[in-house]
Amino acid sequence: MEALQRVFGRNTAYLLIGPAAIWLAVFFLFPMLSLLTTSLSDPSGTPITGYTLTWRVQNYIEALGDYWPYMMRSLLYAGIATLMCLVLGYVLAYAIAFKAGRWKTVMLVLVIAPFFTSFLVRTLSWKLILADNGFIVNTLQTLHILGEDGRLLATPFAVIMGLTYNFLPFTILPLYTSLEKIDPKLNEAAADLYASPFQRFTKVVWPLSLPGVVGGTLLTFIPATGDYINASLLGSPNTQMVGNKIQQLFTTAGDYPHASALSVILMVLIVGMVLFYVRRAGTEELL
Amino acid sequence: MSLADQARGDLKLAGLHKRYPNGFVAVESLDLVIPQGSFFALLGPSGCGKTTTLRMVAGLEEATQGTIHIGEQDITHAKPYKRPVNTVFQNYALFPHLTIAENVAFGPKRRGSKDPAQEVKEILALTELTEQANKKPAQLSGGQQQRVALARAIINRPDVLLLDEPLGALDLKLRRAMQVELKRIQEEVGLTFVHVTHDQEEAMTMADTVAVMNKGRIEQMGAPYDLYTNPQTTFVANFLGRSNLIKGTVVGREGTGADAVVKVDMHGTIATIKASKVHTDSDHGWVGIRPEKVLIQPEGQTIDAPGAALSGAVVVDASYIGVSTDYTLRMPWGQEITCFEQNTGRRGGLIPVGTKVDVSWRPEFAFLLDSSQDAEAGLEED
Repeated sequence: MEALQRVFGRNTAYLLIGPAAIWLAVFFLFPMLSLLTTSLSDPSGTPITGYTLTWRVQNYIEALGDYWPYMMRSLLYAGIATLMCLVLGYVLAYAIAFKAGRWKTVMLVLVIAPFFTSFLVRTLSWKLILADNGFIVNTLQTLHILGEDGRLLATPFAVIMGLTYNFLPFTILPLYTSLEKIDPKLNEAAADLYASPFQRFTKVVWPLSLPGVVGGTLLTFIPATGDYINASLLGSPNTQMVGNKIQQLFTTAGDYPHASALSVILMVLIVGMVLFYVRRAGTEELL
Repeated sequence: MSLADQARGDLKLAGLHKRYPNGFVAVESLDLVIPQGSFFALLGPSGCGKTTTLRMVAGLEEATQGTIHIGEQDITHAKPYKRPVNTVFQNYALFPHLTIAENVAFGPKRRGSKDPAQEVKEILALTELTEQANKKPAQLSGGQQQRVALARAIINRPDVLLLDEPLGALDLKLRRAMQVELKRIQEEVGLTFVHVTHDQEEAMTMADTVAVMNKGRIEQMGAPYDLYTNPQTTFVANFLGRSNLIKGTVVGREGTGADAVVKVDMHGTIATIKASKVHTDSDHGWVGIRPEKVLIQPEGQTIDAPGAALSGAVVVDASYIGVSTDYTLRMPWGQEITCFEQNTGRRGGLIPVGTKVDVSWRPEFAFLLDSSQDAEAGLEED
């Protein structure tokens, strides 16, 4: 800001920030305020008549009391999916960064390729793949890995798998960026200083890739916690996540205040967890 | 403080050969014995195979053929982390996420030392880094980072310490200071240092023995003084310092033993060269003389050198450097030779361009090289 002022003069700097500030106000601040006021409004209104702001804090208590199992399930599913993404993504990002050679660009394009089709279509196609009479379930049944009535669709497995699949690129890209920056000479230096291949990973590569680990897991965990597409397409009523509840409250039940309260709770919870996580990882300076 | 407390041994390379998958031969059947405790320099232009040799000793590159021994121990195929060898990398390769003390403690910890704090303290003191112990590498200057790289390696008391162009990233002034520093540390710790460099001055100031490498082979090896005063090939004559190489024909050999000399006809003037400095059997050769050994005097004045003087040279360029003046002289047969003259003040000024001068040198400084060799070899590099 100060540097900008020095180069362009006082007013130019404000002018340059202007569009971004207006954008934030219109698309972030205003909806956020609307969400907060709705969450404290009287739920006896309807979406058509509107809601009156009565500072009704009970909305929060009711939302939490009624829907905390969904909240917990969201955190659990998103947590497992994030962990799976980290393991799968790390291996792939490492391979792209250090072993892919001239295939690097091709592999990166392949990582992003799924984005060329819609999120919804991709998730729907998993519904077909995991279907009760699809070839995967049939094969697993023949091999007696899955029982006669066993199924994949509508299980927590399907939901977590869907989340893992859909958010994997968000883990891979930050991990790749971090890993790619590591000087291969450091690996040689560690080898020269008596570090076994395993120690080279734990003492050099892993700590240096932490910014990518933190970035990638955040980019996966945050949207995965609030996701409802995977749970509604691949899951059952028993695997519903908090996102599904919020969606139902908004669209089906028309209970905007409780839906808003639940959204705010989710948001506060995630922001809190992120802050704690970033502190613990000690990567503020790296971020 | 001596780190070389236990019995170790010489580093022996036998028939060492490195051929890359693309067919490029970086090192060709290299035989070399580096005595324990010596400061050895591998000197050569880029691409001569010196770094590949070093990397094979470190275990970062697999030898195609040949063996590497330290004392009796065969380490040819040992994994890098199982060799009693440490490397100071060209750009230091310090771990950016660790403090200086942690960087230095990295090796001892991997080898199972529970608390290397005392060792780390001693090494940091030796390398004058005590105050930097808790900083991160990015906070240090180039010279300090260089010392960390050194400290991180020598704390392990390796049998052999490999230095890959360790001063290459430093500016000239710091490089000079670090040369002295490195030499001091080597003498203090008594480890075998193998130093790879393309800077001939660096190699000469620090090493006990210098091996000049060219195209995967060792051209000549010896003490800096011997290499400089008695080069055996045109490559060494040009790469290690500068040389004037003048075509000559052998006209006779006289004397025996230490007094044996070879007489060479050099465009009509007979030059005498000590037999120990003659490195050709053929009748033709390059008479070599270092520029600072060349004496000049304006025509007609007496020249302070025994032996024949070449007359009819003309000064075509004089560049004044302060401590010395570089003269470029055109000889009667058209060749240009160089003369560095110390500015003792005796002459009371420069010899103006265009002046006719006589040229001479003391016969004991001249050497004779094989005429089949390229007189320009080793020149294109800095």
